[in-house]
Amino acid sequence: MKASVGTKGLIFNEPLLWEKGVDGRRGFSMPTRDVDEAPLDESIRGDGPQFPDLSEVDVVRHYTHLSQWNFGVDSGMYPLGSCTMKYNPKTNERQAALSGFTGAHPLLPDQLSQGALQLLYDLERYLAAVTGLPAVTVQPAAGSQGELTGMLVFYAYHKSKGQPRTKVLIPDTAHGTNPASAALCGFKSVAVKSNEKGILDPANISGLMDEDTAGIMVTNPNTLGLFEENIIEIAEIVHNKGGLVYADGANMNAIMGMVNMADSGVDVLHLNLHKTFSTPHGGGGPGAGPVCVTAALEKFLPVPRVVKKENEAYSLSWNHPDSVGRLHAFYGNFGILVRAYSYIRSMGAGNLKKASQLAVLNANYIKENLKDTYDLPYDRACMHECVFSDKNQNQYNITTLDIAKRLMEYGFHPPTIYFPLVVHGAIMIEPTETECKNDLDAFIAAMKAIDRETRENPELLTEAPRIPKVRRLDETLAARKPKLAG
Amino acid sequence: MKEISELTFPDDLRYTKDHEWAKQDGDTIKIGISAYAQDQLGDIVFVELPAVGDTFDKGGEFGTVESVKAVSELYMPMGGEIAAINEALEDTPESVNNAPYTDGWMIEIKPGDPDEYNALMDKAAYLDMLKGQES
Repeated sequence: MKASVGTKGLIFNEPLLWEKGVDGRRGFSMPTRDVDEAPLDESIRGDGPQFPDLSEVDVVRHYTHLSQWNFGVDSGMYPLGSCTMKYNPKTNERQAALSGFTGAHPLLPDQLSQGALQLLYDLERYLAAVTGLPAVTVQPAAGSQGELTGMLVFYAYHKSKGQPRTKVLIPDTAHGTNPASAALCGFKSVAVKSNEKGILDPANISGLMDEDTAGIMVTNPNTLGLFEENIIEIAEIVHNKGGLVYADGANMNAIMGMVNMADSGVDVLHLNLHKTFSTPHGGGGPGAGPVCVTAALEKFLPVPRVVKKENEAYSLSWNHPDSVGRLHAFYGNFGILVRAYSYIRSMGAGNLKKASQLAVLNANYIKENLKDTYDLPYDRACMHECVFSDKNQNQYNITTLDIAKRLMEYGFHPPTIYFPLVVHGAIMIEPTETECKNDLDAFIAAMKAIDRETRENPELLTEAPRIPKVRRLDETLAARKPKLAG
Repeated sequence: MKEISELTFPDDLRYTKDHEWAKQDGDTIKIGISAYAQDQLGDIVFVELPAVGDTFDKGGEFGTVESVKAVSELYMPMGGEIAAINEALEDTPESVNNAPYTDGWMIEIKPGDPDEYNALMDKAAYLDMLKGQES
């Protein structure tokens, strides 16, 4: 197929369900009541929720129409940098839908939940093998909650040494949520500038690391898609002052099975199962943010812990007095954990490593093919993503936002834009390993065509997008006057 | 984004390398961000300002400005105590875009060392710096 993948098509306007409802419509018929009406206690009487009356077909068409406005990894390439929008194999869904899992009740006693507990236990062991960090909790429900867990472990560790600390070092190329997680735990974040190569300079860390600093939160590879080559030296500096090293695993897709995080000096690491381990994401969840730590920090992990003693059944263990407590009701987002388990088992160790290798290869292929067209602020071998800027297009008054909007009309989800902040007008592209060469070539061709339009027909960019259901949203009005209720 | 020649920079203000402006008004100094800064940031949606009575050193971070693209820090052109803040920005942050030197002012300070004002860039020096950044 030579034509651009983005084209026209019939989609439907769709009102809100409240506007669509008609009094008296029903999704199904209830059997006639054959018991006497019982009076309700006055204290629990009141108006019911304002739900519209709808038939089954009303509801199915409503959501089908909305889904037709949508773009997901099942529609096409979604190179949203640092989000790892890889394809999610359907076998994961099949395993998660097994009735033994979907029917498991979280309040069943341990002896009736052996399969579910074994899955949690084994998944922890697999994640330990992938990262090199021996102790794992799969309880945190999102990357942000994993970060929070990590910071709680930092706090608990220093408290156990009798010397609580107040600051955390955070590089300017760290994942954007890190300062918020540190602040939520009461730490003051200290910004660390990266050097002209786009990575951390040990001398900088030496100057900032002191005995009131709990440690550092490093994203490796960082949000420029570059590997922090000095991580071992940096970890030594931090450890020598009694601090801990936290690694944000947002970009773990670049280094599965390639880097032993424990050997690189990391004490605490969170993973995003919804990125690296192919569980679905986008649209707000649910996710899962397991945390992996060194043996010395295991006692601080959240309870309950899943344990297995030799010749005994799997069980949940609550007796961990140094634990930071529990982070989530029950044991985390279990259905997501089943999907990640399914992914790891169906790939196997060798293929996980190969996935990372191909993710890095794909990003470098895009980087090399576009670096003569788009400004590449850090021209080095990248990891799983590459960051361009709009500098070459600015002279025609075209910005990153225009490029991103136009790319939609070529049938691609836009990359991450205006992040990381260290690159002005950043365009952050992460193709992942699941795009084949043909798709990468189509993406590169679209980006080059957009650059030509910048010079020859700039209105195509400034007025984009024209094809999608909605054109440019008024982001400013949405931010200034948010309307958060229906 | 606009060309520098399309932006206004009043003669009676002083400027910083971080694109704040300062204006002497009797014993106090009014502070905001320059037309160049607001143009680079794009539509501003939120301005976070300090409390009256807070004190900061020169170069200290006194607040943040959030646009649809990013959050940026605001730095004190001179050290001093916050005498007043522009509370209207809470409801109308767009004033920073529409009128950066008048309705879009951010804070008024009582300077610790009034001489720091004269060390700031005048319009000519600021324009030279901006032109240097463009090339």
